[in-house]
Amino acid sequence: MQIEFEMSDDIITAILTGELDHHSALSIREDIDHAMQVYRAKNLILDFSSVSFADSSGIGMIMGRYKKVKEKDGCMMLCGCSVYMKRIFEMAGIFTIIEETEERGEAMRQLKERGEENER
Amino acid sequence: MKDNVVTVEFIAIAENERFARMVAAAFVVPFDPTVEEITEIKTAVSEAVSNSVIHAYNSSGEGTIKLEMRSTEKGTITIIVEDYGIGIDDIEAARAPMFTTSALEERSGMGFTIMESFTDKLIVESEKEKGTRVTLVKMLDISCGL
Ligand SMILES: Nc1ncnc2c1ncn2[C@@H]1O[C@H](COP(=O)(O)OP(=O)(O)OP(=O)(O)O)[C@@H](O)[C@H]1O
Ligand SMILES: [Mg+2]
Repeated sequence: MQIEFEMSDDIITAILTGELDHHSALSIREDIDHAMQVYRAKNLILDFSSVSFADSSGIGMIMGRYKKVKEKDGCMMLCGCSVYMKRIFEMAGIFTIIEETEERGEAMRQLKERGEENER
Repeated sequence: MKDNVVTVEFIAIAENERFARMVAAAFVVPFDPTVEEITEIKTAVSEAVSNSVIHAYNSSGEGTIKLEMRSTEKGTITIIVEDYGIGIDDIEAARAPMFTTSALEERSGMGFTIMESFTDKLIVESEKEKGTRVTLVKMLDISCGL
Protein backbone atom coordinates (compact mmCIF):
# COMPACT_ATOMS: atom_id res chain seq x y z
CA MET A 1 0.00 0.00 0.00
CA GLN A 2 1.20 3.49 -0.86
CA ILE A 3 0.31 6.81 0.67
CA GLU A 4 0.59 10.38 -0.57
CA PHE A 5 -0.23 13.58 1.26
CA GLU A 6 -1.64 16.88 0.10
CA MET A 7 -1.88 19.97 2.28
CA SER A 8 -4.39 22.76 1.93
CA ASP A 9 -4.67 25.27 4.81
CA ASP A 10 -5.15 23.12 7.91
CA ILE A 11 -6.55 20.16 5.99
CA ILE A 12 -4.35 17.21 5.21
CA THR A 13 -5.48 14.69 2.60
CA ALA A 14 -4.07 11.17 2.69
CA ILE A 15 -4.44 9.48 -0.68
CA LEU A 16 -4.18 5.72 -0.24
CA THR A 17 -3.34 3.28 -3.03
CA GLY A 18 -3.41 -0.52 -2.82
CA GLU A 19 -4.74 -3.02 -0.30
CA LEU A 20 -5.61 -2.01 3.24
CA ASP A 21 -5.26 -4.96 5.63
CA HIS A 22 -3.71 -5.67 9.02
CA HIS A 23 -0.22 -5.73 7.54
CA SER A 24 -0.44 -2.46 5.61
CA ALA A 25 -2.53 -0.64 8.26
CA LEU A 26 0.36 -0.88 10.72
CA SER A 27 2.59 1.45 8.73
CA ILE A 28 -0.20 3.55 7.18
CA ARG A 29 -1.50 4.73 10.56
CA GLU A 30 2.01 5.75 11.61
CA ASP A 31 2.54 7.64 8.37
CA ILE A 32 -0.72 9.56 8.80
CA ASP A 33 -0.12 10.40 12.47
CA HIS A 34 3.39 11.55 11.63
CA ALA A 35 2.26 13.71 8.71
CA MET A 36 -0.47 15.34 10.81
CA GLN A 37 2.08 16.19 13.47
CA VAL A 38 4.67 17.54 11.07
CA TYR A 39 2.19 19.71 9.16
CA ARG A 40 0.26 20.62 12.32
CA ALA A 41 -2.95 19.79 10.49
CA LYS A 42 -6.21 19.66 12.41
CA ASN A 43 -8.46 18.18 9.76
CA LEU A 44 -8.08 14.97 7.82
CA ILE A 45 -9.47 13.57 4.58
CA LEU A 46 -8.86 9.91 3.77
CA ASP A 47 -9.16 9.26 0.03
CA PHE A 48 -9.95 5.59 -0.68
CA SER A 49 -10.63 5.92 -4.41
CA SER A 50 -7.48 3.93 -5.29
CA VAL A 51 -7.86 1.32 -2.56
CA SER A 52 -8.65 -2.05 -4.13
CA PHE A 53 -9.21 -4.02 -0.93
CA ALA A 54 -10.06 -3.31 2.72
CA ASP A 55 -11.04 -5.45 5.70
CA SER A 56 -11.72 -4.80 9.39
CA SER A 57 -8.20 -3.42 9.86
CA GLY A 58 -9.39 -0.50 7.73
CA ILE A 59 -12.19 0.11 10.24
CA GLY A 60 -9.67 0.14 13.10
CA MET A 61 -7.37 2.48 11.20
CA ILE A 62 -10.21 4.94 10.46
CA MET A 63 -11.56 4.90 14.02
CA GLY A 64 -8.07 5.35 15.45
CA ARG A 65 -7.44 8.41 13.26
CA TYR A 66 -10.90 9.77 14.12
CA LYS A 67 -10.07 9.69 17.83
CA LYS A 68 -6.82 11.58 17.24
CA VAL A 69 -8.49 14.19 15.05
CA LYS A 70 -11.23 14.72 17.66
CA GLU A 71 -8.63 15.18 20.41
CA LYS A 72 -7.45 18.24 18.48
CA ASP A 73 -11.01 19.41 17.80
CA GLY A 74 -10.56 18.72 14.13
CA CYS A 75 -12.88 17.25 11.52
CA MET A 76 -12.46 14.16 9.41
CA MET A 77 -14.03 13.00 6.15
CA LEU A 78 -13.78 9.95 3.91
CA CYS A 79 -14.08 9.86 0.15
CA GLY A 80 -14.01 7.40 -2.73
CA CYS A 81 -15.10 4.27 -0.84
CA SER A 82 -16.05 1.33 -3.08
CA VAL A 83 -19.37 -0.47 -2.55
CA TYR A 84 -17.56 -3.26 -0.69
CA MET A 85 -15.77 -0.86 1.62
CA LYS A 86 -19.06 0.89 2.29
CA ARG A 87 -20.60 -2.44 3.25
CA ILE A 88 -18.03 -3.18 5.94
CA PHE A 89 -17.75 0.42 7.13
CA GLU A 90 -21.54 0.54 7.46
CA MET A 91 -21.56 -2.63 9.57
CA ALA A 92 -19.25 -0.84 11.99
CA GLY A 93 -21.41 2.29 11.99
CA ILE A 94 -18.59 4.47 10.67
CA PHE A 95 -20.86 6.66 8.55
CA THR A 96 -22.94 7.60 11.58
CA ILE A 97 -19.96 9.52 12.95
CA ILE A 98 -17.77 10.30 9.92
CA GLU A 99 -19.17 11.79 6.74
CA GLU A 100 -18.30 10.49 3.34
CA THR A 101 -18.40 11.86 -0.22
CA GLU A 102 -17.76 10.42 -3.66
CA GLU A 103 -15.19 13.00 -4.74
CA ARG A 104 -12.23 14.40 -2.87
CA GLY A 105 -13.02 17.91 -4.05
CA GLU A 106 -16.43 17.74 -2.46
CA ALA A 107 -14.97 16.52 0.86
CA MET A 108 -12.50 19.41 0.76
CA ARG A 109 -15.28 21.90 0.04
CA GLN A 110 -17.39 20.64 2.95
CA LEU A 111 -14.50 20.72 5.40
CA LYS A 112 -13.56 24.28 4.39
CA GLU A 113 -17.19 25.35 4.79
CA ARG A 114 -17.26 23.92 8.29
CA GLY A 115 -14.03 25.70 9.13
CA GLU A 116 -15.53 29.04 8.06
CA GLU A 117 -18.66 28.37 10.10
CA ASN A 118 -16.53 27.73 13.17
CA GLU A 119 -14.69 31.03 12.70
CA ARG A 120 -17.93 32.99 12.72
CA MET B 1 -16.00 -30.00 -12.84
CA LYS B 2 -14.60 -32.54 -10.37
CA ASP B 3 -14.56 -31.96 -6.61
CA ASN B 4 -11.31 -30.31 -5.65
CA VAL B 5 -9.13 -29.88 -2.56
CA VAL B 6 -6.11 -27.62 -2.14
CA THR B 7 -4.22 -27.20 1.13
CA VAL B 8 -1.59 -24.56 1.84
CA GLU B 9 0.39 -24.09 5.03
CA PHE B 10 2.31 -20.95 5.86
CA ILE B 11 3.94 -19.18 8.79
CA ALA B 12 1.81 -16.75 10.79
CA ILE B 13 3.25 -13.45 9.61
CA ALA B 14 1.16 -10.47 8.50
CA GLU B 15 2.69 -10.56 5.01
CA ASN B 16 0.90 -13.86 4.41
CA GLU B 17 -2.56 -12.36 4.88
CA ARG B 18 -2.44 -11.02 1.35
CA PHE B 19 -0.99 -14.28 0.06
CA ALA B 20 -3.83 -16.27 1.65
CA ARG B 21 -6.62 -14.20 0.10
CA MET B 22 -4.92 -14.26 -3.32
CA VAL B 23 -4.72 -18.07 -3.12
CA ALA B 24 -8.39 -18.29 -2.15
CA ALA B 25 -9.35 -16.03 -5.05
CA ALA B 26 -7.26 -18.16 -7.44
CA PHE B 27 -8.92 -21.32 -6.15
CA VAL B 28 -12.43 -20.14 -7.12
CA VAL B 29 -11.48 -18.71 -10.54
CA PRO B 30 -12.53 -21.90 -12.43
CA PHE B 31 -16.12 -21.24 -11.30
CA ASP B 32 -16.12 -17.87 -13.02
CA PRO B 33 -17.34 -16.05 -9.90
CA THR B 34 -18.66 -12.49 -9.89
CA VAL B 35 -16.49 -9.62 -8.62
CA GLU B 36 -18.82 -9.50 -5.64
CA GLU B 37 -18.27 -13.18 -4.80
CA ILE B 38 -14.48 -12.87 -5.15
CA THR B 39 -14.41 -9.79 -2.94
CA GLU B 40 -16.51 -11.48 -0.28
CA ILE B 41 -14.30 -14.58 -0.27
CA LYS B 42 -11.09 -12.53 -0.15
CA THR B 43 -12.41 -10.40 2.69
CA ALA B 44 -13.63 -13.35 4.77
CA VAL B 45 -10.31 -15.20 4.32
CA SER B 46 -8.37 -12.07 5.20
CA GLU B 47 -10.36 -11.73 8.43
CA ALA B 48 -9.82 -15.34 9.48
CA VAL B 49 -6.11 -15.37 8.65
CA SER B 50 -5.36 -12.02 10.29
CA ASN B 51 -7.16 -13.24 13.42
CA SER B 52 -4.77 -16.19 13.57
CA VAL B 53 -1.76 -13.94 13.02
CA ILE B 54 -2.86 -11.35 15.60
CA HIS B 55 -4.74 -13.27 18.27
CA ALA B 56 -3.75 -16.94 18.08
CA TYR B 57 -0.03 -16.21 18.06
CA ASN B 58 -0.07 -12.74 19.63
CA SER B 59 1.52 -11.20 16.52
CA SER B 60 4.73 -13.06 17.38
CA GLY B 61 5.28 -14.29 13.84
CA GLU B 62 5.72 -17.78 15.31
CA GLY B 63 3.42 -20.65 14.48
CA THR B 64 1.71 -21.89 11.36
CA ILE B 65 -1.65 -21.43 9.71
CA LYS B 66 -3.33 -24.01 7.50
CA LEU B 67 -5.61 -22.93 4.69
CA GLU B 68 -7.72 -25.72 3.24
CA MET B 69 -9.98 -25.05 0.26
CA ARG B 70 -12.62 -27.44 -1.04
CA SER B 71 -15.03 -27.14 -3.90
CA THR B 72 -17.87 -29.27 -5.18
CA GLU B 73 -19.18 -29.58 -8.69
CA LYS B 74 -22.19 -27.49 -7.72
CA GLY B 75 -20.02 -24.54 -6.71
CA THR B 76 -20.04 -24.93 -2.93
CA ILE B 77 -16.75 -23.55 -1.66
CA THR B 78 -15.54 -24.50 1.82
CA ILE B 79 -12.50 -22.70 3.17
CA ILE B 80 -10.97 -23.77 6.47
CA VAL B 81 -8.48 -21.55 8.30
CA GLU B 82 -6.79 -23.39 11.14
CA ASP B 83 -4.22 -22.30 13.71
CA TYR B 84 -2.58 -23.99 16.68
CA GLY B 85 -2.49 -20.97 18.95
CA ILE B 86 -4.09 -19.82 22.20
CA GLY B 87 -7.69 -20.62 21.29
CA ILE B 88 -10.85 -18.69 22.12
CA ASP B 89 -12.33 -18.53 25.64
CA ASP B 90 -15.95 -17.85 24.80
CA ILE B 91 -16.77 -18.35 21.13
CA GLU B 92 -20.24 -16.88 21.36
CA ALA B 93 -18.93 -13.69 22.92
CA ALA B 94 -16.10 -13.48 20.38
CA ARG B 95 -18.55 -13.69 17.48
CA ALA B 96 -20.65 -10.78 18.69
CA PRO B 97 -20.22 -7.49 16.80
CA MET B 98 -17.76 -5.06 18.42
CA PHE B 99 -16.27 -7.69 20.74
CA THR B 100 -12.50 -7.44 20.80
CA THR B 101 -9.70 -8.28 23.21
CA SER B 102 -7.38 -5.86 21.36
CA ALA B 103 -9.13 -2.48 21.59
CA LEU B 104 -5.80 -0.80 22.40
CA GLU B 105 -4.36 -2.00 19.10
CA GLU B 106 -7.08 -0.25 17.10
CA ARG B 107 -9.14 -3.38 16.50
CA SER B 108 -12.86 -2.92 16.06
CA GLY B 109 -14.20 -6.40 16.82
CA MET B 110 -15.91 -6.66 13.44
CA GLY B 111 -13.95 -9.58 11.93
CA PHE B 112 -16.42 -12.37 12.71
CA THR B 113 -19.37 -10.15 11.84
CA ILE B 114 -17.85 -9.48 8.40
CA MET B 115 -17.09 -13.20 7.87
CA GLU B 116 -20.66 -14.04 8.76
CA SER B 117 -22.13 -11.44 6.45
CA PHE B 118 -19.85 -12.25 3.48
CA THR B 119 -20.39 -16.04 3.52
CA ASP B 120 -23.35 -18.42 3.61
CA LYS B 121 -22.15 -20.20 6.72
CA LEU B 122 -19.51 -19.61 9.38
CA ILE B 123 -18.42 -22.29 11.83
CA VAL B 124 -15.97 -21.48 14.63
CA GLU B 125 -14.41 -24.28 16.65
CA SER B 126 -11.76 -23.66 19.27
CA GLU B 127 -10.00 -25.20 22.20
CA LYS B 128 -7.92 -23.30 24.75
CA GLU B 129 -4.17 -23.66 24.16
CA LYS B 130 -4.87 -26.01 21.22
CA GLY B 131 -6.04 -23.68 18.51
CA THR B 132 -8.91 -22.48 16.40
CA ARG B 133 -10.60 -23.67 13.23
CA VAL B 134 -12.77 -21.31 11.23
CA THR B 135 -14.87 -22.78 8.41
CA LEU B 136 -16.26 -20.46 5.76
CA VAL B 137 -18.85 -21.84 3.35
CA LYS B 138 -19.81 -19.98 0.22
CA MET B 139 -22.34 -21.15 -2.35
CA LEU B 140 -21.35 -19.66 -5.69
CA ASP B 141 -24.11 -18.75 -8.04
CA ILE B 142 -23.03 -20.81 -11.04
CA SER B 143 -26.50 -21.47 -12.40
CA CYS B 144 -26.36 -18.56 -14.84
CA GLY B 145 -23.48 -20.13 -16.77
CA LEU B 146 -25.24 -23.47 -17.24
N1 LIG C 1 -7.76 -17.42 15.78
C1 LIG C 1 -8.02 -16.87 16.98
N2 LIG C 1 -7.35 -17.29 18.09
C2 LIG C 1 -7.60 -16.73 19.30
N3 LIG C 1 -8.52 -15.76 19.51
C3 LIG C 1 -9.23 -15.32 18.46
C4 LIG C 1 -9.03 -15.84 17.14
N4 LIG C 1 -9.90 -15.22 16.29
C5 LIG C 1 -10.60 -14.35 17.04
N5 LIG C 1 -10.22 -14.39 18.34
C6 LIG C 1 -10.82 -13.62 19.45
O1 LIG C 1 -12.10 -13.17 19.06
C7 LIG C 1 -12.18 -11.74 19.13
C8 LIG C 1 -13.10 -11.21 18.03
O2 LIG C 1 -12.52 -11.41 16.73
P1 LIG C 1 -12.92 -10.41 15.55
O3 LIG C 1 -12.16 -10.77 14.34
O4 LIG C 1 -14.41 -10.36 15.45
O5 LIG C 1 -12.45 -8.99 16.11
P2 LIG C 1 -10.95 -8.42 16.27
O6 LIG C 1 -9.99 -9.27 15.51
O7 LIG C 1 -10.68 -8.21 17.71
O8 LIG C 1 -11.07 -6.99 15.56
P3 LIG C 1 -11.14 -6.73 13.96
O9 LIG C 1 -11.32 -8.05 13.29
O10 LIG C 1 -12.33 -5.84 13.76
O11 LIG C 1 -9.87 -6.07 13.62
C9 LIG C 1 -10.75 -11.26 19.08
O12 LIG C 1 -10.57 -10.00 19.70
C10 LIG C 1 -10.01 -12.39 19.82
O13 LIG C 1 -10.10 -12.22 21.23
MG1 LIG D 1 -10.36 -9.84 13.56
